[in-house]
Amino acid sequence: MALSKNVCVLFKRCFQNKLSFKYLSTHSQPPIFPGAKAEWTQKLEFTGTHSYSPLPIYQVLDQQGQIIDASEDPKLNSNILEKMYKDMTLLNVLDKILYESQRQGRISFYMTNYGEEAAHIGSAAALTTNDVVYGQYREVGVLLWRGFTLPELMNQCYGNAEDKGKGRQMPVHYGSKNLNFVTISSPLTTQMPQAAGAAYALKGKNRVVICYFGEGAASEGDAHAALNFAATLDCPVIFFCRNNGYAISTPANEQYRGDGIGGRGPGYGINTLRVDGNDPLAVYNATRKAKEYAITESKPVLIEAMTYRVGHHSTSDDSSAYRSKEEVDHWSTNQNPVNRFRMYLQNNNLWNDELEKKWLAEARKNVISAFEEAEKRPKPNWSEMFKDVYETMPDYLVKQMESMQKHVEQYKEHYPVKNYSK
Amino acid sequence: MATLSSTPTMLNLASKASKLLSKRLFSTTKVATAKQMTVRDALNSALDEEMEKDERVFILGEEVALYDGAYKVTRGLWKKYGDKRVIDTPITEMGFAGVAVGAAMAGLKPVCEFMTFNFAMQAIDQIINSAGKTFYMSAGRVNVPIVFRGPNGAAAGVGAQHSQCYGAWYAHCPGLKVISPYTSEDARGLLKAAIRDPDPVVFLENELLYGVQYPISDEVLSKDFVLPIGKAKIERPGKHITIVAHSKAVETSLEAAKELAGKGIEVEVINLRSLRPLDFNTITASVVKTNHLISVEQGWPTCGIGAEILARIMESEAFYHLDQPAIRVTGVDTPMPYTKSLEGAALPQVADVVKAAKKLMKVK
Ligand SMILES: Cc1ncc(C[n+]2csc(CCOP(=O)(O)OP(=O)(O)O)c2C)c(N)n1
Ligand SMILES: Cc1ncc(C[n+]2csc(CCOP(=O)(O)OP(=O)(O)O)c2C)c(N)n1
Ligand SMILES: [Mg+2]
Repeated sequence: MALSKNVCVLFKRCFQNKLSFKYLSTHSQPPIFPGAKAEWTQKLEFTGTHSYSPLPIYQVLDQQGQIIDASEDPKLNSNILEKMYKDMTLLNVLDKILYESQRQGRISFYMTNYGEEAAHIGSAAALTTNDVVYGQYREVGVLLWRGFTLPELMNQCYGNAEDKGKGRQMPVHYGSKNLNFVTISSPLTTQMPQAAGAAYALKGKNRVVICYFGEGAASEGDAHAALNFAATLDCPVIFFCRNNGYAISTPANEQYRGDGIGGRGPGYGINTLRVDGNDPLAVYNATRKAKEYAITESKPVLIEAMTYRVGHHSTSDDSSAYRSKEEVDHWSTNQNPVNRFRMYLQNNNLWNDELEKKWLAEARKNVISAFEEAEKRPKPNWSEMFKDVYETMPDYLVKQMESMQKHVEQYKEHYPVKNYSK
Repeated sequence: MATLSSTPTMLNLASKASKLLSKRLFSTTKVATAKQMTVRDALNSALDEEMEKDERVFILGEEVALYDGAYKVTRGLWKKYGDKRVIDTPITEMGFAGVAVGAAMAGLKPVCEFMTFNFAMQAIDQIINSAGKTFYMSAGRVNVPIVFRGPNGAAAGVGAQHSQCYGAWYAHCPGLKVISPYTSEDARGLLKAAIRDPDPVVFLENELLYGVQYPISDEVLSKDFVLPIGKAKIERPGKHITIVAHSKAVETSLEAAKELAGKGIEVEVINLRSLRPLDFNTITASVVKTNHLISVEQGWPTCGIGAEILARIMESEAFYHLDQPAIRVTGVDTPMPYTKSLEGAALPQVADVVKAAKKLMKVK
């Protein structure tokens, strides 16, 4: 609309002043194409990756946990800092126990979050529970930060009777309506256009939507659709890319040829930040700035958090088939985000070995007891299978359910009825 | 009602015991010395041979090269044929399906692997609107010889979004050929036929069958072996009831047939192999002989493969040969639950087929 109005004005001006129009050479008039605002040039040159330097990576903490530029210190209070560290380490403990439980055949599937702790917690800490989260699947830290409890997590992984999802989803497909965390969807990238839609609905309500996605998922057509829609509809959404270097076995350099995912932002007309995803304070600052901008301007922001997937893709994957142990070791030791943050806390006398020991023991105890409780709980009642397909159960499903009811009643000695909730 | 679809039940102990018994009986009588091959190897060898035979054949998809495919169906092929013919793609189903269609239009023979057919939904416009219709729209001038393949149907423990059968979806569409193999012989013969076929073929594998071994003859192992697309196979002859099934449901039907044989009911089990074209002649010939029909499938009942078969029988002369209304045994008409026990209950089980057969034969 605005553009075509400009065009009309320009034409009107030209026609009113016929004389000057006649004598002006075309290139002294700025271009008025509706499709782009640009200047004329007489030099024929490719624009390419060589035309810009890659987006820089914003950092607050150095590898030793020292603040590099004091003016960038977010000055978080010690309670917040401690919670950040505790949630990062709790995430590690949780991953270790659930990963092993899958290996023992106690749950069917699991995905760890190793290496991405700072990206989860740094971004979660910069938002409030009122802000809506659309996740991909590797964002459990965000849930922990928001107060999703260990029993809730474990009940989901076991699909037991207490699971709010009634055992209908695979492990790690968490969701929480109370915590504004939308249930994970297995097909990649469907969350991105949905996040733009949710943000559109929340415009002007002082809330943002944050949408997490992997650099692999960014190759889906839905990612393009989401970025373009968010930009053109002015949606207050933060697209948060976890660029962890791999999509299962596919390394990032086979996934795209441009400057990562962040490099695409300006092309969509979206303000973009690239941040050290292993630096929780940098991620925090970036997410906070993004939220402020998204709300005050009602516009999307793209954040690309550079990190590394230290664990296997999932329990169905063995990453030694496609990357070296040295590579993984480098990231899990030298570049470990948890260690870096711990050094920061210790430098500021907020943490020490004794606290660490006590906390890890407590965390382990809590995780194991939640795990054992969840394992003991009965499975959802079998009749749940027929429910929630529609708001009101159609007759044919009622009939099938009744027929199963009769059957189970008749042969109950052949069925493990006692393992199911009443 | 003729369209009674299954009541979900779980295996009861009695049927388990008789299954074991009949299994033992069978193994002593049949092909004791035959060679065995897994469905995975059958698919892998078919791909390998067709790639060797025809330079134009190449594979593309997510993780198909270095990683050997998410389910290892392309194992060793990247090592053997290199980057040029086994191509890992970015995660863009719509993108690589479109690239495959373009390559086929330009004269190559792509085999496009979807990690599962659940993710092919992102690419369905390319499959149906482009691959399936280009030959027609170009007035027969542009072929799209392409195979879209990958696991289809219910897997184990992967929940609603990863567990569904697309047989009926694709079989609905003119321009596509749709194959749903059961054994290693099916997989080998039909994949080779699909790759050689000038039309686009949707090739629906089953994840749970990949690791299963089936006897395989020397004839099937021959490099020249192909099976005709559009021809069903009678897996087990019988005279009392015709059971029509595809993919893993054939296994369920065969087990039910064994159990029923113990009760004097002889079931003819037809393995459809192709869903489009559908081998209706084999079905009618069998129905005319047995006068009873059951269809078994893991997909949903509404507009399913069973619905199609029953409707066609209704429209044909064979209808007058039915002694009883035909029965569909299908997956439960809900999304797939994740929890293991419910997952089992949502799929047709041997006991469901046995129950349907007894109902037809009016025995307890
Ligand atoms: C549409 C679709 N295609 C393929 C898959 C299979 N798949 C699951 S996760 C994954 C890799 C995603 O990588 P990335 O987005 O980088 O996230 P990361 O695992 O690194 O966190 C793939 C290919 C899927 N779930 N959905
Ligand atoms: C997938 C799809 N969606 C919508 C349409 C309907 N449609 C036909 S042309 C058109 C506008 C295309 O605009 P543009 O690409 O700018 O081309 P122009 O008409 O300006 O040359 C639309 C929306 C379509 N053909 N296909
Ligand atoms: Mg990744």
